[in-house]
Amino acid sequence: MTNDEIKKVVIDIISDIAPDEDTSNLKPDVRLREQMQLDSMDFLDIVMELRKRYGIEVPEAEYIKLATLDSCAEYLGPKFAALGK
Amino acid sequence: MSGLAAGIRLAHFGKRVCIFERHNAVGGLNGFYSIAGRKYDVGLHAMTNFVRAGVKGTPLGKLLRQLRIDRDEFALCEQKRSRIAFGPRGETSLAFTNEFAIFESEIAAKFPAQIDGFRRLLAVVKSFDEVSLDAKPVSARQVVRQHISDPLLEDMLFCPLMYYGSAQEHDMEFGQFVIMFKALFLEGFARPLDGVRVILRVLVEKYRATGGARRMKCGVKRIVAREGRAAALVLDDGSEVTADHVISSVGGPETEQLMQVEPVVPNGLSAKIGRLSYVETITVLNRQPAELGWGDDTIIFFNDSPRFAYERPDAQVDLRSGVICLPNNFAYPEGQRLPEGLFRCTCLANYDRWAQLPEAVYQADKKRWYDAITAGAQRFLPVLPKADALQTATVATDMFTPRTITRFTGHLAGAIYGSPIKNRQGRTELANVYLCGTDQGFLGIVGAMLSGISMANYHVLNGK
Repeated sequence: MTNDEIKKVVIDIISDIAPDEDTSNLKPDVRLREQMQLDSMDFLDIVMELRKRYGIEVPEAEYIKLATLDSCAEYLGPKFAALGK
Repeated sequence: MSGLAAGIRLAHFGKRVCIFERHNAVGGLNGFYSIAGRKYDVGLHAMTNFVRAGVKGTPLGKLLRQLRIDRDEFALCEQKRSRIAFGPRGETSLAFTNEFAIFESEIAAKFPAQIDGFRRLLAVVKSFDEVSLDAKPVSARQVVRQHISDPLLEDMLFCPLMYYGSAQEHDMEFGQFVIMFKALFLEGFARPLDGVRVILRVLVEKYRATGGARRMKCGVKRIVAREGRAAALVLDDGSEVTADHVISSVGGPETEQLMQVEPVVPNGLSAKIGRLSYVETITVLNRQPAELGWGDDTIIFFNDSPRFAYERPDAQVDLRSGVICLPNNFAYPEGQRLPEGLFRCTCLANYDRWAQLPEAVYQADKKRWYDAITAGAQRFLPVLPKADALQTATVATDMFTPRTITRFTGHLAGAIYGSPIKNRQGRTELANVYLCGTDQGFLGIVGAMLSGISMANYHVLNGK
Protein backbone atom coordinates (compact mmCIF):
# COMPACT_ATOMS: atom_id res chain seq x y z
CA MET A 1 0.00 0.00 0.00
CA THR A 2 1.19 3.49 -0.75
CA ASN A 3 1.32 6.15 1.95
CA ASP A 4 -1.71 7.82 0.43
CA GLU A 5 -3.66 4.56 0.50
CA ILE A 6 -2.80 4.05 4.15
CA LYS A 7 -3.91 7.58 4.97
CA LYS A 8 -7.19 6.86 3.22
CA VAL A 9 -7.63 3.71 5.32
CA VAL A 10 -7.22 5.75 8.49
CA ILE A 11 -9.54 8.52 7.27
CA ASP A 12 -12.19 5.96 6.33
CA ILE A 13 -12.03 4.49 9.82
CA ILE A 14 -12.31 7.93 11.43
CA SER A 15 -15.29 8.77 9.21
CA ASP A 16 -17.06 5.62 10.39
CA ILE A 17 -16.25 6.20 14.06
CA ALA A 18 -16.97 9.92 14.07
CA PRO A 19 -19.32 10.72 11.17
CA ASP A 20 -19.93 14.15 12.72
CA GLU A 21 -16.32 15.19 12.05
CA ASP A 22 -15.21 16.77 8.77
CA THR A 23 -12.39 14.59 7.42
CA SER A 24 -12.18 16.19 3.97
CA ASN A 25 -9.34 18.63 4.61
CA LEU A 26 -7.12 17.01 7.23
CA LYS A 27 -3.53 18.23 7.27
CA PRO A 28 -1.19 15.22 7.17
CA ASP A 29 1.45 16.70 9.47
CA VAL A 30 -0.82 18.09 12.21
CA ARG A 31 -2.01 15.96 15.12
CA LEU A 32 -5.43 14.45 14.44
CA ARG A 33 -6.56 15.48 17.91
CA GLU A 34 -5.88 19.12 17.07
CA GLN A 35 -8.01 18.96 13.96
CA MET A 36 -10.95 17.01 15.30
CA GLN A 37 -12.52 16.26 18.64
CA LEU A 38 -11.25 12.73 19.22
CA ASP A 39 -10.89 11.34 22.71
CA SER A 40 -9.12 8.27 24.03
CA MET A 41 -12.19 6.10 23.37
CA ASP A 42 -12.06 7.16 19.71
CA PHE A 43 -8.34 6.36 19.42
CA LEU A 44 -8.94 2.96 20.93
CA ASP A 45 -11.58 2.41 18.26
CA ILE A 46 -9.16 3.33 15.47
CA VAL A 47 -6.79 0.68 16.81
CA MET A 48 -9.54 -1.90 17.11
CA GLU A 49 -10.90 -1.19 13.64
CA LEU A 50 -7.38 -1.69 12.23
CA ARG A 51 -7.30 -5.08 13.90
CA LYS A 52 -10.83 -5.97 12.81
CA ARG A 53 -10.47 -4.89 9.20
CA TYR A 54 -6.80 -5.71 8.45
CA GLY A 55 -5.55 -7.89 11.29
CA ILE A 56 -3.04 -5.24 12.29
CA GLU A 57 -2.05 -5.07 15.96
CA VAL A 58 -1.02 -1.79 17.55
CA PRO A 59 0.31 -2.23 21.12
CA GLU A 60 -0.83 0.38 23.63
CA ALA A 61 2.70 1.81 23.98
CA GLU A 62 2.67 2.63 20.25
CA TYR A 63 -0.67 4.45 20.05
CA ILE A 64 1.35 7.66 19.97
CA LYS A 65 2.54 6.69 16.48
CA LEU A 66 -0.97 7.27 15.20
CA ALA A 67 -0.88 10.95 16.13
CA THR A 68 -0.85 12.40 12.59
CA LEU A 69 -1.75 11.00 9.17
CA ASP A 70 1.94 11.12 8.17
CA SER A 71 3.00 9.19 11.25
CA CYS A 72 0.19 6.69 10.65
CA ALA A 73 1.50 6.03 7.13
CA GLU A 74 5.08 5.70 8.33
CA TYR A 75 4.16 3.39 11.20
CA LEU A 76 1.52 1.28 9.47
CA GLY A 77 3.35 0.98 6.12
CA PRO A 78 5.66 -1.88 7.21
CA LYS A 79 2.74 -3.60 8.96
CA PHE A 80 0.66 -3.59 5.79
CA ALA A 81 3.74 -4.69 3.79
CA ALA A 82 4.28 -7.61 6.18
CA LEU A 83 0.76 -8.73 5.38
CA GLY A 84 1.58 -8.58 1.70
CA LYS A 85 -0.54 -5.47 1.13
CA MET B 1 -30.25 -1.23 27.93
CA SER B 2 -26.70 -1.28 29.33
CA GLY B 3 -26.46 -4.94 28.37
CA LEU B 4 -27.50 -4.21 24.78
CA ALA B 5 -24.89 -1.47 24.55
CA ALA B 6 -22.17 -3.78 25.89
CA GLY B 7 -23.33 -6.48 23.47
CA ILE B 8 -23.14 -4.16 20.46
CA ARG B 9 -19.56 -3.18 21.30
CA LEU B 10 -18.42 -6.75 21.78
CA ALA B 11 -20.20 -8.19 18.76
CA HIS B 12 -18.94 -5.35 16.55
CA PHE B 13 -15.39 -6.33 17.40
CA GLY B 14 -15.91 -9.99 16.63
CA LYS B 15 -16.71 -11.46 20.02
CA ARG B 16 -19.40 -14.09 20.20
CA VAL B 17 -22.07 -12.59 22.42
CA CYS B 18 -25.36 -13.83 23.83
CA ILE B 19 -27.73 -11.73 25.93
CA PHE B 20 -30.02 -13.58 28.34
CA GLU B 21 -33.21 -11.74 29.29
CA ARG B 22 -35.74 -13.14 31.72
CA HIS B 23 -38.57 -10.91 30.55
CA ASN B 24 -40.30 -11.23 27.20
CA ALA B 25 -39.29 -7.69 26.20
CA VAL B 26 -36.00 -5.81 26.21
CA GLY B 27 -35.27 -2.64 28.12
CA GLY B 28 -35.46 -3.54 31.80
CA LEU B 29 -36.08 -0.36 33.75
CA ASN B 30 -36.19 1.52 30.46
CA GLY B 31 -38.68 -0.75 28.76
CA PHE B 32 -42.29 -0.41 27.67
CA TYR B 33 -45.46 -2.46 27.91
CA SER B 34 -49.00 -2.58 26.54
CA ILE B 35 -52.35 -2.65 28.30
CA ALA B 36 -55.58 -2.79 26.28
CA GLY B 37 -53.74 -1.84 23.10
CA ARG B 38 -52.05 1.22 24.63
CA LYS B 39 -48.30 1.37 24.90
CA TYR B 40 -46.73 2.79 28.03
CA ASP B 41 -43.09 3.56 28.75
CA VAL B 42 -41.97 1.96 32.00
CA GLY B 43 -40.11 4.80 33.56
CA LEU B 44 -38.98 7.21 30.92
CA HIS B 45 -40.02 10.81 31.46
CA ALA B 46 -37.31 12.22 29.28
CA MET B 47 -33.93 11.23 28.03
CA THR B 48 -31.39 13.40 29.81
CA ASN B 49 -27.98 14.43 28.37
CA PHE B 50 -29.54 15.92 25.25
CA VAL B 51 -27.22 18.16 23.20
CA ARG B 52 -27.81 19.48 19.72
CA ALA B 53 -25.96 18.18 16.66
CA GLY B 54 -22.43 19.57 16.54
CA VAL B 55 -21.92 19.74 20.32
CA LYS B 56 -19.04 17.36 20.95
CA GLY B 57 -17.36 15.72 23.89
CA THR B 58 -20.58 14.96 25.79
CA PRO B 59 -21.98 11.57 26.85
CA LEU B 60 -24.61 11.49 24.08
CA GLY B 61 -21.98 12.09 21.38
CA LYS B 62 -19.71 9.46 22.91
CA LEU B 63 -22.35 6.79 22.94
CA LEU B 64 -23.45 7.54 19.37
CA ARG B 65 -19.85 7.16 18.19
CA GLN B 66 -19.13 4.08 20.23
CA LEU B 67 -22.26 2.31 19.03
CA ARG B 68 -21.97 3.66 15.45
CA ILE B 69 -25.47 5.13 15.70
CA ASP B 70 -26.52 8.13 13.63
CA ARG B 71 -28.15 10.67 15.93
CA ASP B 72 -31.15 10.97 13.60
CA GLU B 73 -32.01 7.34 14.34
CA PHE B 74 -33.06 8.34 17.87
CA ALA B 75 -35.32 11.09 16.44
CA LEU B 76 -34.98 13.14 19.61
CA CYS B 77 -37.34 16.06 20.22
CA GLU B 78 -36.44 18.66 22.82
CA GLN B 79 -38.38 19.61 25.92
CA LYS B 80 -40.28 22.88 25.88
CA ARG B 81 -39.62 24.02 29.44
CA SER B 82 -39.39 22.45 32.88
CA ARG B 83 -39.42 23.88 36.38
CA ILE B 84 -38.57 23.23 39.99
CA ALA B 85 -41.49 24.36 42.17
CA PHE B 86 -41.08 24.60 45.95
CA GLY B 87 -43.57 25.75 48.60
CA PRO B 88 -47.12 24.60 49.51
CA ARG B 89 -48.33 25.54 46.01
CA GLY B 90 -44.98 25.90 44.30
CA GLU B 91 -44.59 29.59 45.13
CA THR B 92 -40.83 29.60 44.50
CA SER B 93 -40.18 28.41 40.98
CA LEU B 94 -37.07 28.02 38.84
CA ALA B 95 -37.67 27.39 35.15
CA PHE B 96 -35.10 25.67 32.98
CA THR B 97 -34.82 24.61 29.35
CA ASN B 98 -32.10 23.11 27.19
CA GLU B 99 -30.55 26.60 27.12
CA PHE B 100 -28.55 26.81 30.33
CA ALA B 101 -28.64 30.63 30.31
CA ILE B 102 -32.37 30.50 31.16
CA PHE B 103 -31.70 28.57 34.36
CA GLU B 104 -28.81 30.84 35.33
CA SER B 105 -30.93 33.97 34.85
CA GLU B 106 -33.78 32.43 36.86
CA ILE B 107 -31.40 31.86 39.76
CA ALA B 108 -30.03 35.39 39.44
CA ALA B 109 -33.61 36.77 39.54
CA LYS B 110 -34.98 34.60 42.36
CA PHE B 111 -31.82 34.26 44.46
CA PRO B 112 -29.76 37.40 43.74
CA ALA B 113 -27.57 36.90 46.82
CA GLN B 114 -26.63 33.39 45.65
CA ILE B 115 -25.77 33.91 42.00
CA ASP B 116 -22.05 34.47 42.54
CA GLY B 117 -21.83 31.31 44.61
CA PHE B 118 -23.83 29.45 41.98
CA ARG B 119 -21.37 30.52 39.29
CA ARG B 120 -18.46 29.32 41.43
CA LEU B 121 -20.21 25.98 41.87
CA LEU B 122 -20.76 25.85 38.13
CA ALA B 123 -17.04 26.30 37.52
CA VAL B 124 -16.29 23.40 39.88
CA VAL B 125 -18.88 21.21 38.14
CA LYS B 126 -17.55 22.00 34.68
CA SER B 127 -13.95 21.21 35.56
CA PHE B 128 -14.72 17.98 37.42
CA ASP B 129 -13.77 14.63 35.83
CA GLU B 130 -16.91 12.70 36.73
CA VAL B 131 -16.22 9.67 34.55
CA SER B 132 -12.94 8.77 36.20
CA LEU B 133 -13.18 5.12 37.20
CA ASP B 134 -11.23 5.60 40.43
CA ALA B 135 -12.36 8.89 41.98
CA LYS B 136 -12.62 9.27 45.77
CA PRO B 137 -16.17 9.76 47.10
CA VAL B 138 -17.00 13.24 48.45
CA SER B 139 -20.33 14.54 49.85
CA ALA B 140 -22.11 16.72 47.29
CA ARG B 141 -24.00 18.54 50.06
CA GLN B 142 -20.67 19.63 51.53
CA VAL B 143 -19.30 20.84 48.22
CA VAL B 144 -22.52 22.68 47.31
CA ARG B 145 -22.69 24.39 50.73
CA GLN B 146 -19.24 25.89 50.17
CA HIS B 147 -20.86 27.96 47.43
CA ILE B 148 -24.61 28.12 48.15
CA SER B 149 -25.70 29.36 51.60
CA ASP B 150 -29.48 29.44 51.09
CA PRO B 151 -30.89 26.00 51.99
CA LEU B 152 -33.92 26.59 49.74
CA LEU B 153 -31.75 26.98 46.65
CA GLU B 154 -29.57 24.07 47.75
CA ASP B 155 -32.63 21.80 48.01
CA MET B 156 -34.03 23.08 44.73
CA LEU B 157 -30.79 22.13 42.97
CA PHE B 158 -30.67 18.70 44.57
CA CYS B 159 -34.34 17.77 44.03
CA PRO B 160 -34.30 17.07 40.25
CA LEU B 161 -30.84 15.51 40.37
CA MET B 162 -31.86 13.12 43.13
CA TYR B 163 -35.21 12.21 41.60
CA TYR B 164 -33.60 11.43 38.27
CA GLY B 165 -30.89 9.17 39.51
CA SER B 166 -29.81 9.03 43.13
CA ALA B 167 -29.79 5.72 44.97
CA GLN B 168 -28.57 7.44 48.12
CA GLU B 169 -30.82 9.10 50.71
CA HIS B 170 -30.30 12.76 51.73
CA ASP B 171 -27.03 13.31 49.88
CA MET B 172 -25.20 12.30 46.72
CA GLU B 173 -21.64 11.46 45.98
CA PHE B 174 -20.23 14.59 44.30
CA GLY B 175 -19.27 12.72 41.12
CA GLN B 176 -22.88 11.56 40.80
CA PHE B 177 -24.05 15.13 41.42
CA VAL B 178 -21.83 16.37 38.61
CA ILE B 179 -23.05 13.68 36.21
CA MET B 180 -26.65 14.61 36.95
CA PHE B 181 -26.09 18.37 36.95
CA LYS B 182 -24.56 18.16 33.50
CA ALA B 183 -27.20 15.70 32.28
CA LEU B 184 -30.17 17.83 33.36
CA PHE B 185 -29.07 21.45 33.46
CA LEU B 186 -26.03 21.88 31.21
CA GLU B 187 -27.30 19.39 28.64
CA GLY B 188 -31.05 18.77 28.74
CA PHE B 189 -34.19 16.76 28.09
CA ALA B 190 -35.47 15.20 24.89
CA ARG B 191 -37.41 12.16 23.76
CA PRO B 192 -38.53 10.46 20.56
CA LEU B 193 -42.21 10.96 19.76
CA ASP B 194 -42.84 7.25 20.29
CA GLY B 195 -40.86 7.12 23.50
CA VAL B 196 -38.25 4.70 24.72
CA ARG B 197 -39.20 1.95 22.28
CA VAL B 198 -37.58 3.97 19.47
CA ILE B 199 -34.26 3.85 21.28
CA LEU B 200 -34.62 0.18 22.12
CA ARG B 201 -35.50 -0.66 18.53
CA VAL B 202 -32.31 1.05 17.31
CA LEU B 203 -30.21 -0.84 19.85
CA VAL B 204 -31.78 -4.22 19.11
CA GLU B 205 -31.39 -3.72 15.35
CA LYS B 206 -27.78 -2.67 15.77
CA TYR B 207 -27.08 -5.63 18.04
CA ARG B 208 -28.62 -8.04 15.55
CA ALA B 209 -26.71 -6.48 12.65
CA THR B 210 -23.40 -6.90 14.45
CA GLY B 211 -24.15 -10.60 14.91
CA GLY B 212 -25.20 -10.70 18.57
CA ALA B 213 -27.53 -13.43 19.80
CA ARG B 214 -30.43 -13.01 22.22
CA ARG B 215 -32.43 -15.40 24.33
CA MET B 216 -35.64 -13.96 25.68
CA LYS B 217 -37.71 -15.35 28.55
CA CYS B 218 -34.54 -17.07 29.64
CA GLY B 219 -33.04 -15.62 32.80
CA VAL B 220 -29.78 -16.54 34.48
CA LYS B 221 -30.61 -18.47 37.65
CA ARG B 222 -27.12 -18.94 39.00
CA ILE B 223 -23.50 -18.14 38.27
CA VAL B 224 -21.39 -21.21 39.01
CA ALA B 225 -18.12 -20.17 40.66
CA ARG B 226 -14.96 -22.23 40.47
CA GLU B 227 -11.51 -21.06 41.58
CA GLY B 228 -12.54 -17.43 41.67
CA ARG B 229 -14.04 -17.42 38.21
CA ALA B 230 -17.46 -17.95 36.70
CA ALA B 231 -17.27 -21.44 35.26
CA ALA B 232 -20.83 -21.52 33.89
CA LEU B 233 -24.23 -19.88 33.98
CA VAL B 234 -27.26 -21.93 34.93
CA LEU B 235 -30.30 -20.70 33.03
CA ASP B 236 -33.92 -20.71 34.15
CA ASP B 237 -34.61 -23.80 32.04
CA GLY B 238 -31.83 -25.65 33.87
CA SER B 239 -29.36 -25.72 30.99
CA GLU B 240 -25.80 -24.47 31.39
CA VAL B 241 -23.73 -22.19 29.21
CA THR B 242 -20.07 -21.25 29.51
CA ALA B 243 -18.34 -18.01 28.58
CA ASP B 244 -14.94 -16.34 28.90
CA HIS B 245 -16.54 -13.17 30.25
CA VAL B 246 -19.85 -12.45 31.95
CA ILE B 247 -21.26 -8.93 32.07
CA SER B 248 -24.20 -8.64 34.42
CA SER B 249 -26.77 -5.87 34.16
CA VAL B 250 -29.09 -7.16 36.90
CA GLY B 251 -27.58 -4.99 39.64
CA GLY B 252 -24.76 -5.31 42.20
CA PRO B 253 -26.49 -7.11 45.10
CA GLU B 254 -28.59 -9.07 42.60
CA THR B 255 -25.42 -10.33 40.89
CA GLU B 256 -23.95 -11.30 44.26
CA GLN B 257 -27.07 -13.33 44.90
CA LEU B 258 -26.58 -15.17 41.60
CA MET B 259 -22.99 -16.02 42.52
CA GLN B 260 -23.91 -17.69 45.82
CA VAL B 261 -24.08 -21.43 45.81
CA GLU B 262 -26.00 -21.63 49.10
CA PRO B 263 -29.36 -19.85 49.45
CA VAL B 264 -28.56 -16.33 50.55
CA VAL B 265 -29.47 -14.71 53.81
CA PRO B 266 -30.97 -11.38 52.70
CA ASN B 267 -29.55 -9.55 55.74
CA GLY B 268 -25.99 -10.07 54.55
CA LEU B 269 -26.75 -7.95 51.52
CA SER B 270 -28.99 -5.41 53.18
CA ALA B 271 -26.47 -2.55 53.32
CA LYS B 272 -26.04 -2.80 49.58
CA ILE B 273 -29.74 -2.91 48.71
CA GLY B 274 -31.19 0.46 47.80
CA ARG B 275 -33.76 1.95 50.19
CA LEU B 276 -35.37 4.25 47.66
CA SER B 277 -38.29 3.21 45.60
CA TYR B 278 -41.11 4.98 43.81
CA VAL B 279 -44.72 4.87 42.82
CA GLU B 280 -45.84 6.36 39.57
CA THR B 281 -49.34 7.13 38.36
CA ILE B 282 -50.10 7.36 34.66
CA THR B 283 -53.28 9.07 33.53
CA VAL B 284 -54.30 8.88 29.87
CA LEU B 285 -56.38 11.87 28.75
CA ASN B 286 -58.71 12.36 25.81
CA ARG B 287 -56.99 15.66 24.99
CA GLN B 288 -53.57 17.30 25.21
CA PRO B 289 -52.70 18.54 28.73
CA ALA B 290 -52.46 22.09 27.35
CA GLU B 291 -56.06 21.83 26.12
CA LEU B 292 -57.06 20.84 29.61
CA GLY B 293 -55.52 24.05 30.94
CA TRP B 294 -52.16 22.82 32.25
CA GLY B 295 -49.91 24.85 29.98
CA ASP B 296 -46.90 23.39 28.24
CA ASP B 297 -44.38 22.64 30.96
CA THR B 298 -42.63 19.34 30.23
CA ILE B 299 -41.46 18.27 33.69
CA ILE B 300 -42.13 19.76 37.13
CA PHE B 301 -40.11 18.79 40.20
CA PHE B 302 -42.05 19.76 43.31
CA ASN B 303 -41.74 19.93 47.08
CA ASP B 304 -44.28 21.45 49.50
CA SER B 305 -42.23 21.44 52.74
CA PRO B 306 -39.63 23.74 54.31
CA ARG B 307 -36.88 21.18 53.59
CA PHE B 308 -36.75 18.61 50.80
CA ALA B 309 -36.54 15.07 52.22
CA TYR B 310 -35.11 12.55 49.79
CA GLU B 311 -35.51 9.41 51.86
CA ARG B 312 -37.54 6.23 52.22
CA PRO B 313 -40.85 7.40 53.74
CA ASP B 314 -42.44 5.72 56.76
CA ALA B 315 -45.77 5.71 54.97
CA GLN B 316 -46.42 3.80 51.74
CA VAL B 317 -45.94 7.00 49.76
CA ASP B 318 -44.49 10.45 50.48
CA LEU B 319 -46.78 13.07 48.93
CA ARG B 320 -44.63 16.04 49.94
CA SER B 321 -42.41 15.94 46.91
CA GLY B 322 -42.39 14.35 43.48
CA VAL B 323 -42.13 14.74 39.74
CA ILE B 324 -44.84 15.52 37.20
CA CYS B 325 -44.20 14.69 33.56
CA LEU B 326 -46.39 15.73 30.64
CA PRO B 327 -44.84 13.81 27.71
CA ASN B 328 -47.03 15.73 25.23
CA ASN B 329 -45.03 18.85 25.98
CA PHE B 330 -41.93 18.15 23.93
CA ALA B 331 -41.35 20.13 20.75
CA TYR B 332 -42.39 17.45 18.25
CA PRO B 333 -42.08 18.13 14.53
CA GLU B 334 -44.83 20.21 12.95
CA GLY B 335 -48.04 18.22 12.61
CA GLN B 336 -46.91 15.42 14.96
CA ARG B 337 -48.13 14.87 18.46
CA LEU B 338 -48.97 12.09 20.86
CA PRO B 339 -52.49 10.87 20.06
CA GLU B 340 -53.61 11.08 23.68
CA GLY B 341 -52.71 13.22 26.66
CA LEU B 342 -50.44 11.75 29.32
CA PHE B 343 -50.01 12.88 32.91
CA ARG B 344 -47.41 11.03 34.96
CA CYS B 345 -46.65 11.61 38.65
CA THR B 346 -43.80 10.04 40.58
CA CYS B 347 -43.39 10.01 44.37
CA LEU B 348 -41.06 8.29 46.81
CA ALA B 349 -42.41 5.05 48.27
CA ASN B 350 -41.59 2.46 50.91
CA TYR B 351 -40.98 -1.00 49.44
CA ASP B 352 -41.65 -2.91 52.66
CA ARG B 353 -45.07 -1.34 53.00
CA TRP B 354 -46.08 -2.58 49.57
CA ALA B 355 -44.27 -5.89 49.27
CA GLN B 356 -46.24 -8.18 51.55
CA LEU B 357 -49.81 -6.93 51.11
CA PRO B 358 -52.54 -9.46 50.26
CA GLU B 359 -53.75 -8.89 46.70
CA ALA B 360 -57.11 -7.30 47.63
CA VAL B 361 -55.46 -4.84 50.02
CA TYR B 362 -52.73 -4.09 47.49
CA GLN B 363 -55.28 -3.21 44.81
CA ALA B 364 -57.31 -1.05 47.22
CA ASP B 365 -54.18 0.77 48.39
CA LYS B 366 -53.13 1.43 44.81
CA LYS B 367 -56.50 2.98 44.07
CA ARG B 368 -56.41 5.12 47.21
CA TRP B 369 -52.86 6.37 46.56
CA TYR B 370 -53.57 6.96 42.89
CA ASP B 371 -56.21 9.52 43.91
CA ALA B 372 -53.99 11.09 46.59
CA ILE B 373 -50.94 11.36 44.31
CA THR B 374 -52.75 12.90 41.35
CA ALA B 375 -54.57 15.33 43.67
CA GLY B 376 -51.33 16.24 45.46
CA ALA B 377 -49.44 16.84 42.23
CA GLN B 378 -52.13 19.18 40.92
CA ARG B 379 -51.16 21.72 43.60
CA PHE B 380 -48.20 22.50 41.33
CA LEU B 381 -50.17 22.83 38.08
CA PRO B 382 -52.50 25.63 36.95
CA VAL B 383 -55.95 25.24 38.55
CA LEU B 384 -58.41 23.63 36.14
CA PRO B 385 -61.59 25.54 35.25
CA LYS B 386 -63.87 22.81 36.61
CA ALA B 387 -63.29 20.58 39.62
CA ASP B 388 -64.09 17.41 37.64
CA ALA B 389 -62.15 18.42 34.48
CA LEU B 390 -59.39 15.82 35.00
CA GLN B 391 -61.84 13.07 35.82
CA THR B 392 -64.00 13.66 32.75
CA ALA B 393 -60.91 13.80 30.48
CA THR B 394 -59.44 10.54 31.83
CA VAL B 395 -59.75 7.53 29.52
CA ALA B 396 -57.34 5.11 31.22
CA THR B 397 -55.04 4.91 34.21
CA ASP B 398 -52.16 2.77 35.35
CA MET B 399 -49.82 2.81 38.30
CA PHE B 400 -46.61 1.10 39.28
CA THR B 401 -45.47 0.49 42.83
CA PRO B 402 -42.21 -0.78 44.32
CA ARG B 403 -43.67 -4.26 44.03
CA THR B 404 -44.22 -3.86 40.29
CA ILE B 405 -40.57 -2.88 39.83
CA THR B 406 -39.24 -5.95 41.60
CA ARG B 407 -41.69 -8.22 39.80
CA PHE B 408 -40.73 -7.11 36.31
CA THR B 409 -37.09 -6.12 36.65
CA GLY B 410 -35.83 -8.28 39.51
CA HIS B 411 -34.36 -5.23 41.25
CA LEU B 412 -34.38 -5.96 44.97
CA ALA B 413 -36.59 -3.71 47.12
CA GLY B 414 -37.97 -1.97 44.04
CA ALA B 415 -34.78 0.09 43.90
CA ILE B 416 -34.93 1.71 40.46
CA TYR B 417 -31.58 3.40 40.91
CA GLY B 418 -30.07 0.34 42.48
CA SER B 419 -27.61 0.16 45.31
CA PRO B 420 -26.35 3.27 47.14
CA ILE B 421 -22.88 1.72 46.86
CA LYS B 422 -21.69 2.15 43.30
CA ASN B 423 -18.92 0.10 41.76
CA ARG B 424 -17.20 2.22 39.14
CA GLN B 425 -14.80 -0.44 37.94
CA GLY B 426 -17.60 -2.99 37.80
CA ARG B 427 -15.47 -5.71 39.39
CA THR B 428 -17.04 -8.52 41.38
CA GLU B 429 -15.69 -11.32 43.55
CA LEU B 430 -15.28 -13.41 40.41
CA ALA B 431 -12.46 -12.36 38.11
CA ASN B 432 -14.43 -12.72 34.87
CA VAL B 433 -17.78 -11.30 36.05
CA TYR B 434 -18.34 -7.56 35.67
CA LEU B 435 -21.26 -5.26 36.41
CA CYS B 436 -22.82 -2.82 34.03
CA GLY B 437 -25.87 -0.62 34.41
CA THR B 438 -27.04 1.51 37.29
CA ASP B 439 -24.86 -0.12 39.97
CA GLN B 440 -21.72 0.63 38.00
CA GLY B 441 -22.63 4.25 38.60
CA PHE B 442 -23.41 6.03 35.34
CA LEU B 443 -26.98 7.30 35.48
CA GLY B 444 -29.99 7.72 33.25
CA ILE B 445 -30.62 6.16 29.85
CA VAL B 446 -27.50 7.64 28.29
CA GLY B 447 -25.56 6.64 31.40
CA ALA B 448 -26.89 3.09 31.16
CA MET B 449 -25.65 2.77 27.59
CA LEU B 450 -22.29 4.35 28.42
CA SER B 451 -21.93 1.98 31.34
CA GLY B 452 -22.30 -1.04 29.07
CA ILE B 453 -19.86 0.49 26.59
CA SER B 454 -17.25 1.34 29.26
CA MET B 455 -17.36 -2.06 30.90
CA ALA B 456 -17.13 -3.90 27.56
CA ASN B 457 -14.16 -1.71 26.59
CA TYR B 458 -12.41 -1.79 29.95
CA HIS B 459 -12.73 -5.47 30.81
CA VAL B 460 -13.02 -7.27 27.50
CA LEU B 461 -11.82 -5.27 24.51
CA ASN B 462 -8.89 -3.21 25.81
CA GLY B 463 -5.62 -4.66 24.68
CA LYS B 464 -7.01 -8.17 24.38
